[in-house]
Amino acid sequence: MYQFNYHRPKTLDEAVKALAGADDPKLLAGGQTLIPTLKQRLAMPSDLVDIGSLTDLRYIKAEGDALTIGAGTKHADVAASADVMTHNPALARLADNIGDPAVRHMGTLGGSIANNDPAADYPGACLGLDAKIHTTKRLIEADEFFTGMFETALEDDEIIKEVTFPHPEKAAYMKFANPASRYAMVGVFVSKGPWGIRVAVTGAGQDGVFRASEMEAALEKNWSPDAVANVKISPDGLNTDMHGSAEYRAHLITVMAKRAVEAAG
Amino acid sequence: MSVVAMTVNGKSVSADVEPRTLLVTYIRDTLGLTGTHIGCDTSQCGACVVHVDGKAVKSCTMLAAQAEGAEVTTVEGLAQDGELHPVQKAFREHHGLQCGYCTPGMIMTAVDLIRRKPDLDEETVREQLEGNICRCTGYHNIVKAILAASNEMR
Repeated sequence: MYQFNYHRPKTLDEAVKALAGADDPKLLAGGQTLIPTLKQRLAMPSDLVDIGSLTDLRYIKAEGDALTIGAGTKHADVAASADVMTHNPALARLADNIGDPAVRHMGTLGGSIANNDPAADYPGACLGLDAKIHTTKRLIEADEFFTGMFETALEDDEIIKEVTFPHPEKAAYMKFANPASRYAMVGVFVSKGPWGIRVAVTGAGQDGVFRASEMEAALEKNWSPDAVANVKISPDGLNTDMHGSAEYRAHLITVMAKRAVEAAG
Repeated sequence: MSVVAMTVNGKSVSADVEPRTLLVTYIRDTLGLTGTHIGCDTSQCGACVVHVDGKAVKSCTMLAAQAEGAEVTTVEGLAQDGELHPVQKAFREHHGLQCGYCTPGMIMTAVDLIRRKPDLDEETVREQLEGNICRCTGYHNIVKAILAASNEMR
């Protein structure tokens, strides 16, 4: 790991100031992606601003027809929350399948979506559930938030505060995990709710998470596994790597979408 | 350098370390508690699992500074008054180890697992060991030991 200056702000305001006062800072939340990245010397931030100890960013509120989850909430807390299980069991299950138990004790919702790893799970949930991302500056719709591989709409000195997930009528997430890393080779989040129908695909796209509009259209007409089973996804723009070709991932999207609709009921 | 203080196995400790010092390095090199192992360096193997404020975490994937003020338990902190923890006993009884390298992490993960899920079955144990790798592939007896300890502690 390269050297860096370490800051442990006591408030979100202090964190914003620390970001503004540094050359090339990085926010540290749970660190389950950032620390491994630093260890491999794949990043060299001048400063780390550790917001992991800001416990007032850790909460889950069920209010009205939505869940609002603080950005610092750990995956394990989302997975174990009775409120999440009641209103959005697909989200609880998704959180329960990120990484492994030790990772889930550290990793946070805000950290996951700010990093926007193309194989991360939470971006699929945000896009698939029409989530609203509240930051220190504004509200960003999930559709506007994820702008490319490891890229988001966040500005340099902007911090995610909380994410609102409207309750779905039906939802499910199916992931085909890489057998070694457990990251999604393909993950498909399907939902039906006040926003209509959404199918969000993670793990497959070169630009990160995306919506499969042809599948959404098919499900609009007929909400059933068979409706997506016949939708072929083009391999254009999908990842090819040592784990699988773009064609293989395209095929997996259809398979996972079918299973997700089945699971959503 | 900056001073990082925490409680490790019930003892207050404090040391002046570089910000980039990992918790596992702090535990092993600064405190000399070498029961916690470093296996993979890529956050996958779980040999370095310790408890921070009662939760199992990978100490190679956390800065010592992030544990400032926390209560840390390592494998050395499990035995009480010379008596092995039930999970340690079960690993001995059921031969839950071959070379022993992954054992500290396996045991710390198991203690956390039994605390979170008192009613364990084999499938759950195997699923929950996802973040702990045994290069000897000796999972069978590890799973047996965890199930036995979970029964014992019920």
